[in-house]
Amino acid sequence: MSGLLELRGVTVKYTLTGGSRRRELTAVDDVSFTLQSGEMLGLVGESGCGKSTLGRAILRLVPLSAGEVHWQGRRIDRLRRKEFRGLRRELQLVFQDPNACLDPRMTIVESVAEPLRSSEPGLPRAQRIARATALLDEVGLDSELSDRYPHQASGGQLQRAGIARALILDPRLVVCDEPVSALDVSVQGQIVNLLARIRRERGLASLFISHNLAVVAGLCERVMVMYLGRIVEIAPRAALLPAPLHPYSRMLLDSVPRISPAARRRPVAVPVATDPDAPVAGCAFAARCPHVIAHCRSELPPLQARPDGRLVACHRAAEWPGGLPPATA
Amino acid sequence: MNGRGGLWRDALLRLAANRVACASLAILMLMIVAAIVGPLLLDYRQDEIDWAHMAVPPLTAEGHWLGTDRLGRDLLVRTLHGLRVSMGIAMLATLVSLAIGVSWGAVAGYLRGRTDALMMRVVDVLYALPQVFFVIILTVVFGRSPATLLVAIGAFGWLTMARIVRGQALALREREFVEAAIVGGAGTARIVTRHIIPNLLGPVIVYATLTVPQVILVESFLSFLGIGIQEPLASLGNLIADGAVEMETASWMLLVPASCLVLVVFCFNFLGDGLRDALDPRDH
Amino acid sequence: MALLEIRDLTVDFDGPRRIRAVDHVDLSVERESCVAIVGESGSGKSQLLLACTGLLAANGRASGSVRFDGLELLGADDPAARIRGSGIGFVFQDASGSLTPHRRIGDQLAEAAVAARGITRQAALAEAERMLERVRLPQAHRHLAEYPHELSGGMRQRAAIAAALISEPMLLFADEPTTALDVTVQAEIITLLVDLCHELGMAMLIVTHDFGVVSGLADRIAVMYAGRIVESAPAARLLAGPGHPYSAGLLAAVPRLDDPPGTELRTIRGTPPRPGANLPGCRFEPRCEYARAHCRGEDPPFLTTGDDGIACHYPLKQDAQ
Repeated sequence: MSGLLELRGVTVKYTLTGGSRRRELTAVDDVSFTLQSGEMLGLVGESGCGKSTLGRAILRLVPLSAGEVHWQGRRIDRLRRKEFRGLRRELQLVFQDPNACLDPRMTIVESVAEPLRSSEPGLPRAQRIARATALLDEVGLDSELSDRYPHQASGGQLQRAGIARALILDPRLVVCDEPVSALDVSVQGQIVNLLARIRRERGLASLFISHNLAVVAGLCERVMVMYLGRIVEIAPRAALLPAPLHPYSRMLLDSVPRISPAARRRPVAVPVATDPDAPVAGCAFAARCPHVIAHCRSELPPLQARPDGRLVACHRAAEWPGGLPPATA
Repeated sequence: MNGRGGLWRDALLRLAANRVACASLAILMLMIVAAIVGPLLLDYRQDEIDWAHMAVPPLTAEGHWLGTDRLGRDLLVRTLHGLRVSMGIAMLATLVSLAIGVSWGAVAGYLRGRTDALMMRVVDVLYALPQVFFVIILTVVFGRSPATLLVAIGAFGWLTMARIVRGQALALREREFVEAAIVGGAGTARIVTRHIIPNLLGPVIVYATLTVPQVILVESFLSFLGIGIQEPLASLGNLIADGAVEMETASWMLLVPASCLVLVVFCFNFLGDGLRDALDPRDH
Repeated sequence: MALLEIRDLTVDFDGPRRIRAVDHVDLSVERESCVAIVGESGSGKSQLLLACTGLLAANGRASGSVRFDGLELLGADDPAARIRGSGIGFVFQDASGSLTPHRRIGDQLAEAAVAARGITRQAALAEAERMLERVRLPQAHRHLAEYPHELSGGMRQRAAIAAALISEPMLLFADEPTTALDVTVQAEIITLLVDLCHELGMAMLIVTHDFGVVSGLADRIAVMYAGRIVESAPAARLLAGPGHPYSAGLLAAVPRLDDPPGTELRTIRGTPPRPGANLPGCRFEPRCEYARAHCRGEDPPFLTTGDDGIACHYPLKQDAQ
């Protein structure tokens, strides 16, 4: 079934030259999924799992080592740069660090208007600024801030500007790369609510990347869980939260802090130290998995679809069809 | 209140608060004006020989405020002319270095990979050439003139600028606002001119300000050696060369152009330091 | 007498404008208890901790009193030495602040142990290995010989905690010890800290912006806003029913897994004020949804009942416990 965005076997590798050693790091490993039009798909995982790299690879900010990216049924990863630029208006990105994503030497409104220069070169400056100002208004940024420079605005305000800039070309897909992680807690909600509202109003599709499962779960209908470059589970939120199938999903859910007066910390499975350089033959999670068996270490579990539509990459997933129960002391 | 010039205005205000830098700027402005206008106002021409007053000390003969040289030429006028030539060559050469160096470095740093390697190898090769020999060869082939000197100095001046700019551009390229510009559909040309170069202008301006005195010194040195500006044209270098010969008997012939040179170099350096402090974004 | 008594602590920074980061803060930490300071950017919480340990930047001035077991910490000549000798440990947000990059981990831990406990180097190395095991770094023996950069972020942080604890301090200062860590590792570290606190009879003053970290760890919570403590109460009580609108707003703003899908996140309108911003009246008033006219005119004093306190003209009704 083809959707708006489809990834098949996408792999991104980096070569690190550290001193005398040359290491090849696989940031994204054989990732495949489909994003439907208008869908809010969450991608959750911890640091180093490759989720940001995946987002950037879709937008062609980093090159693919293998695999295919399809947009509206058409293959786009092999397009020449000039041809891909024509697509840019449909695929946009909201960055993580609001202080770094705007040019410090341009005013906020100029930054927001800038993409129009490439997509509509004939448009006079006054009109560009007018469109940008209207959009800034839509995202709730005070009009007096438009003429300011980034260092004069707060993180939350800058992130609104970043969102406005992503929207100005009227894209069909917006990749949000940890858009609230760098913001204060009391401000995060403002941006999350804004993203939800905009998506509703414009019918945008979105890939929402975050390490915060609670935020992702609140916002996205479907959630993908990523671990060390691989997708280990894809499930609708309503199914994932009560009944995760992959042991890592279970561990993530257990680790989310519960705030309650009587909270007792739930002990989590002890992660054995893993050497990130040692090549792993089988499942990458084997070293930390409480349900590991010998087979896991020798053979990589593929991401398999189940009858109910959920996907999971675990040899033993069939043993707990109702999901894994929370870890207990 | 905060408009398009906001950032530069802030920097200017910071610079204005730096007394030494402002004084240096004022002195430099004064010297530039004097160099341009002075000779027009004074009585003597730079190559005019006053047979009656040869080698007179300052303030002794009428009309010769700073004395005359061995040939009876007014020292003040000659020094001002020398200043014209030296500063003129220095600033022009620096401008040329800026133009070439910034473009070269910014493009190399932004494009990375093979293009960058190739462009910087060119810089490395040119860097290895001995500048003085090159100048000598050029003057032998094209004759001694300010133009030749300009080309010779300019041919080397852009190299360090290119290296500095390339380093900055490499770092800038990784910044998220550059990625944002790429995602927004901007092409290489636009990204380099609109995002990379404006964000490295700070170090570039500072370096340019500190390059001018270096070029003056190089030119002075070459002229001192007899390879640069030749008689009867005056440059600070050949004035110092003439004065050095007369050091023991007519010290003013050395002191006047040398003090002028020292003053110019100091002022440019102080101004450069002040600019660096004013433009440092970390002070925000 | 409490183990740590902070009285009227004020931290100012010199510069083009004088900036007040911490404004007349009173706080105490009892023996073997854990106090958490919760606040967002600009609240001054990190500066408070830095002032206690003498690690303020060169242009920072701290005034007031910080007494540890009767010993005055402010104004010490060599604050770092004081701390090493006197039974205080410090864990930074970034482990590289605690661990020297060019020395092996085993050496660093052993040196701290020798300095603090006066044991032999042999014994210290054995202690170091034991401590690394305690912080749940398996293959501790291997790590003794390694340099900090050879460990992953989470492991490094655990090693930093080991380094802080090996001197068996009576009090541990921790500045956002888990913020840079993944959530799975974070859970580990918090459990670890709680266990070690009980085991070693250690007190802890922890600074964080994350209520999740605090819940289950802290006995007492102090909420900081714009340089002031606006509420201080036992953790259980504050989490059940915060009295200050800011505490309430902050708690409500945390996204919860159990929220029904599509729920709008609660937020506090506006943004935290920048340090040094001049605000008449109650500092939280511009963002407070319960503010009344009076709040803008008069800065509410911090009213204490016993150890608890709140700075609000119209505190929220607290649920009966």
